Amino acid sequence: MAAVADTQIVKAPRRAARQGAPRAGTAWRWVVLLIAAVFFLLPLIVALRFAGIKAFGSVVSEPGFTSSLGLSVRLAVVTTVITIVLMLPTTVYVHLRLPGIRRLMEGITILPIVIPPVVLIVGVLQIAPGSLKGTPYLLGLEYVVLAMPFAYRAIDAGLRSLDLKTVTEASNSLGAGWVSTMLRVILPNLRTALLSAIVLTVALVLGEYTMASLALYQTFPVWIYVNSQTSGQVSVAASLLALFVTWIFLMGITVLGTRQSRRTGGGSVTLFTVARQETRGN
Amino acid sequence: MDQTVAAPGSLADPGAPGSDPAAEAGPLGRLTVPGALRWLRRVAGIVPFGAYVTLGLLLPMIAVAVGAFETNNGGFTFSNVSAATHGIYLHGFWQSIILSVFTSILPAIFGLLIAYAIFTAKRGNVLRQVVITASGVFANFGGVPLAFLFIASLGSSGLITHWLANIGFNLYGYGFSLYSLSGVIVVYLYFQIPLMVLVILPALEGLRPAWREAAENMGARTWEYWRFVGGPVLLPSFLGCVLLLFGSALSAYATAEALTNGTIPLTAIQIGSFLNGNVIAGQENIGKALGLGMVVIIAVAMIIYVMLQRRAAKWLR
Repeated sequence: MAAVADTQIVKAPRRAARQGAPRAGTAWRWVVLLIAAVFFLLPLIVALRFAGIKAFGSVVSEPGFTSSLGLSVRLAVVTTVITIVLMLPTTVYVHLRLPGIRRLMEGITILPIVIPPVVLIVGVLQIAPGSLKGTPYLLGLEYVVLAMPFAYRAIDAGLRSLDLKTVTEASNSLGAGWVSTMLRVILPNLRTALLSAIVLTVALVLGEYTMASLALYQTFPVWIYVNSQTSGQVSVAASLLALFVTWIFLMGITVLGTRQSRRTGGGSVTLFTVARQETRGN
Repeated sequence: MDQTVAAPGSLADPGAPGSDPAAEAGPLGRLTVPGALRWLRRVAGIVPFGAYVTLGLLLPMIAVAVGAFETNNGGFTFSNVSAATHGIYLHGFWQSIILSVFTSILPAIFGLLIAYAIFTAKRGNVLRQVVITASGVFANFGGVPLAFLFIASLGSSGLITHWLANIGFNLYGYGFSLYSLSGVIVVYLYFQIPLMVLVILPALEGLRPAWREAAENMGARTWEYWRFVGGPVLLPSFLGCVLLLFGSALSAYATAEALTNGTIPLTAIQIGSFLNGNVIAGQENIGKALGLGMVVIIAVAMIIYVMLQRRAAKWLR
């Protein structure tokens, strides 16, 4: 008994000393965040100065701007449509009828992240039939593979936050068939998840460089690079423009995602479910 | 789609193991015709997905693996693999691994610090929200635009380089070059650090305040808490994140390509140059051997990760 009391007495001053610790901790925290802020913001500000305001205006009139942006947008539409049409029914089906293979699905959909795109495109160009190789839609078809991890995770997270079994059972017992359950019950509940999947897919396609350049198609990022040989400033301006547009998109889903998670209390679609790097063309 | 399933409840999977023996065991378990049919019907829903993955992912990867061991006429050979593991290509692998190690460990440490800094801030704190959003945005930022951002600031005629020179600090005089390995490392940090913040934050949130309180009640100091409680709990996730960053750096192509005009000897860039046609005819399959090599490196990294995680999991028990 005495021993216990003793240690408690010894503890007391130590705890008092620790009360002062958070202040030191806070200072350290601010130093880390300050360094990070400088590292991340300085290149942005400097690039803005380097490009100058005028360069932003002349981006639009550069030769190739319209056609490359047009190609990227078309690819984004094709990829998004195929990705959603393929992944939404598959993910719902797996949740409802084959929950046992969810881990397997996670494993399969992580593969496009693990496999370097530069290796994948080597194989794709090897086996793709000539008729497909002649069109840029080969890229679109392959972007679907790259988008799978993000689409699957976004939709999966959305389905988890929803009591899918109860909802479908209720819908069935009210006489709805499978199609009508899908369109009128599941789909509206997955709005945020689908929106995330779409935004991420679009952002991925608009930013992808590796596959496009190696398959010799002049998408927007490839154009920025090619055009830099003629005008460095315009290319920096185009890069910044591309960035800001993507950022607005991504910020949009972050805000939506947090609102959603506040509403449902968890199971949110966080940006990371999504924001894996490699496939974004680094 | 399977539209015939309309009976209430049948849409949802029975879930509990053993409730549907024929389906659980598959066609091999009980070789009856209705059982096999039922199994086929269950699996039918994922056939389109399976077919797409096979055509778009599996077959191309098999083509790479097979091509690595083929001569141009289709005969079997080890010469591609041997070429890929010697000379400039071996050098490329080493440079890639060095780059990936640096750009996974440095961002892992710094990212953990940032994540911890905002983790200790209160929930709903504005700063915390800003950092998380910014991380999501910066982690998605890479490729050509990122390269140009850095060329404009740290390139040989970049503005920051210029400013530093004006105050008497010649960056390039100290051996730094944006277009060499050191430069690529700095640029990769720009997307690797935010990626680390994003992936480690959920793990940090798994550290329950109750554990810290319990440790403190038992008289643990801060470092003791981290040594015996926080550290071991975080370790598996931390290792997973390092692996993710490693893979991310290893397979990155566009940033390094745009930054160095494809001159830096990294494996990803070398593979790309085979497709660009900057190689002697008849050697194309070396590119496939290099690709196979990259996949092998990633596989080895994953095996190491699984082993480390198993050890870490032992401490957790």
